[in-house]
Amino acid sequence: MAIIERPGTGTTPVVVTPQQTFGAVKRPVQTKGWREWLFTVDHKKIGIMYGVVAMVFFIIGGVEALLIRLQLAMPDGQILSADKYNQMFTMHATTMVFLFAMPMAAAFANYFLPLQIGARDVAFPRINALSLWLLIIGGLVLNASWFLGGAADGGWFMYAPNSGPIFSPSNGVDFWVIGLQITGVASLLGSINLIVTVLNMRAPGMSLMKMPVFTWMILVVQFLLVFSLPVITVALVLLMLQRSYGATFFDVSQGADPLLWQHLFWIFGHPEVYVLILPAFGIISEVLPTFARKPLFGYPFVVFSGASIGLVGFGVWAHHMFASGLGPVSVAVFSVATMAIAIPTGVKIFNWLLTMWGGKIWYTTAMNFAIGLVVLFTIGGLSGVTHSVAPSDTQQTDTYYIVAHFHYVLFGGMVFGLFSGFYYWWPKVFGKMLNEKLGAWNFWFMVIGMNLTFGPMHILGLQGQPRRMYVWTEARAGEGFFNLGFWNMVASVGSFILAVGVLFFLINVVVTARSKQQAPLDPWDARTLEWLTTSPPKEHNFDRIPVVHHLDEFFHRKYEEDTATHTMKKVAEGEDLVRAEEEGADAHIHLPSPSYWPIVLSVGVGLLGLGTIYGVPMIVIGFAITLFASYGWILEPSVAEEIDFEPSDNDGNTKEIAPLG
Amino acid sequence: MSTSTEQQQSDHEHGMSDAGYIKIALILAAITALEVSTYYVDFGPLFMPSLMIMMVVKFVMVVSYFMHLKFDSKIFSFLFYTGLGLALFVYITALATFKFFIS
Amino acid sequence: MAETATHTADHASEHAHETSTGLTNNKLAMWLFLGSECLLFGGLISTYMLYRGRISDGPHPMAIFDIPFTSVSSFVLLMSSLTMVLAVTSAQRGDDSRTNLWLTVTAVLGATFVGGQIYEFTAFVREGLGFSTSLFGSSFYTLTGFHGIHVTVGVLMLLSTVGIIRKNKITGNKAEVVEIVGLYWHFVDVVWIIIFTLVYLIPS
Repeated sequence: MAIIERPGTGTTPVVVTPQQTFGAVKRPVQTKGWREWLFTVDHKKIGIMYGVVAMVFFIIGGVEALLIRLQLAMPDGQILSADKYNQMFTMHATTMVFLFAMPMAAAFANYFLPLQIGARDVAFPRINALSLWLLIIGGLVLNASWFLGGAADGGWFMYAPNSGPIFSPSNGVDFWVIGLQITGVASLLGSINLIVTVLNMRAPGMSLMKMPVFTWMILVVQFLLVFSLPVITVALVLLMLQRSYGATFFDVSQGADPLLWQHLFWIFGHPEVYVLILPAFGIISEVLPTFARKPLFGYPFVVFSGASIGLVGFGVWAHHMFASGLGPVSVAVFSVATMAIAIPTGVKIFNWLLTMWGGKIWYTTAMNFAIGLVVLFTIGGLSGVTHSVAPSDTQQTDTYYIVAHFHYVLFGGMVFGLFSGFYYWWPKVFGKMLNEKLGAWNFWFMVIGMNLTFGPMHILGLQGQPRRMYVWTEARAGEGFFNLGFWNMVASVGSFILAVGVLFFLINVVVTARSKQQAPLDPWDARTLEWLTTSPPKEHNFDRIPVVHHLDEFFHRKYEEDTATHTMKKVAEGEDLVRAEEEGADAHIHLPSPSYWPIVLSVGVGLLGLGTIYGVPMIVIGFAITLFASYGWILEPSVAEEIDFEPSDNDGNTKEIAPLG
Repeated sequence: MSTSTEQQQSDHEHGMSDAGYIKIALILAAITALEVSTYYVDFGPLFMPSLMIMMVVKFVMVVSYFMHLKFDSKIFSFLFYTGLGLALFVYITALATFKFFIS
Repeated sequence: MAETATHTADHASEHAHETSTGLTNNKLAMWLFLGSECLLFGGLISTYMLYRGRISDGPHPMAIFDIPFTSVSSFVLLMSSLTMVLAVTSAQRGDDSRTNLWLTVTAVLGATFVGGQIYEFTAFVREGLGFSTSLFGSSFYTLTGFHGIHVTVGVLMLLSTVGIIRKNKITGNKAEVVEIVGLYWHFVDVVWIIIFTLVYLIPS
């Protein structure tokens, strides 16, 4: 057991030496230093690692974007060749979607979902670690392509037959296929893990309709993932079999239909965009009430609209294919369905606005980002509604108008939501508050930069600038207000302002890390259970599992209604409540033990995937490692057995390892 | 808010006896024989509908009885049939756009 | 809720009586996984259905399918579902040797099925249907191959379960482990029920 201690006594865990071995290597039991992170199965550490990895890829994807904007800032750009340009926009999008956005949402979900439902970890802690390591391996495989013959260059949607062996002969697409297949497995495992966690590990009294909205949105996202990932798995398998083993799925000369890929990709791809945005929606559904000092308006509507978005999200995918020759009936059906899905999203916007209405707004950086999401996502959503009108989309598709739309919803929406989450939850995770002055610089540079970058793209798109075009010329740039050259330059300048904004965030992180402050455990007077912990939380999260009586349980423990004035009066501070929990702490707490099988298994899977490029010997080795790791895993108890521990010399403190009678 | 393992176990017993399972297996075998007979006997216009019905009946029987879904918590049914339902919906729709169902 | 520390590895498994739904984590996870597998096989089946008539210069399905042979294979797999259920009921009665017997029989039947598939495939290749011959060829082998891999993994799981029951290394509820392996096995059978009808019995 990682921790068998009496909580609250402040004694350090005993140093243990594992006796039992499996194979040649002793299982990790109590680890320190880098091993503590490498072999951990603790959801909080895993969450932090997801966050770090995601942030690294955010910067990489951002650099790729800046290179694109540099290339397009001037006519006849010389920065990137056509081939490199194709690789750049493909990898920018792939990195941002799969290696930044989804892992960052996983970071928040991993860290906070168990805390919000009053649990001590997720349902399957080792699988949780496996998901993290598979993501890292997948991300490495994907980016290794830059150094091993060129990155994938078919666009993030990788349409076949363009992505097939004839038109994309380099290994770039192969790395893309394998990288995504591996990260896809990571997400699938994670989705099963989190659904079971939410269904099964809620604190007593927490019915589904007493869960925080962030938890609800994450739950909907996991259902989207569990049912959409297999579809892209099929697409990736078909493409891999064609590229590496001679299958004919996308061979038009044999009678293949190029729309097969498009359907399979977008049946995944559309739910995927809701996977991207719903976590951000969940985050601001916590932030807005906290800083408006009002409960969320219309909680059941927010929850049900989130679930509806998830469900209807499976029925609109072909709006990405309006210009592909589907035929008028299909186009009409999907057009109407797409209009319908704007409704639940609109419901949420109104609920957020009404949450703020009449509240006493506290304009922290977290709140600013949350309000920013509401405004900018609405703009992106409006352009989205114009896409749903199929005849209109026929002009818009494949132009920068689409690029404008999805960057408003993804950057203005999703990224702003994530940054809101950073500023909101940083004190809880790291015990320190991010600097609000730097936060203001961060926020304003990002808002201005973002609008300068993507705002003009509406004009560029409607004036006809196509997507994925590596160069533009003066001759075709038009005149006057709509001169494409002018707006391209504005967009490029905007992108660098945006980058400075991100830089301010990174500076803030470093400055905060260096500062000596100690954040209070409830700096924002928040509402949900994750704040009923120390900052950072103890390894076992809660000294005693809370019993839940209300939605916004933490708020209701701090405030009671004054029957005379019918206002809520504060009766306890967060510190008082946590101290009370410490006094009533559980005597023995069992946590799952660290394990190295997740890493070993990930390496095996990585080799297995790379073997489809580099040959059967690598497949065999990868398979052998995978099999060995699987058996090692199955045979290893999730909690280390007693025999793995040697009790230290009794120093008189209460350190019961195994009661002997 | 939670039920005990004992109750879960009695639900299991309540499901079927070994003899019951063998009966189900015999029914499934009989349906399979009937399915295979469509290869030898001309069913005329009943060919497609009867094969589809038999396939669905076998599917539901294995899922409900062998996989015990009929006797277990409705949550399992929800999880599984949502997946199945979504699969049917998206793939039939996609095939429809390929004019697959138009002869 | 205080627990004694002697409750070691046994406690690691998620007891049904401690979960919010009353159901175990493992069983919930398996049903979720099977729900997602519907979308996986649905995609492969749809690809096959789209491409089944596109035979290029290669053989036509009805020309090479051996319905009698495949019918026997199907019957074998169907019966393996019965033996799997018998393994589960034996495990629920606590009868380890019976459980292992039925698990082994199930594995043998499953292996027989896979053997039959391999024989079928080699025959088809000899008769001119290769993986790259036509869209029909690629889709057929991919769909049935994926299914065959699932069966093989299932056989491995069955034999591994026999092994760990023998070595007494099951932490947690033994009957439930067998039941969950069974769920996977039945699902693989159920996919074949669909494949057998759509691929073999319905001519294109």
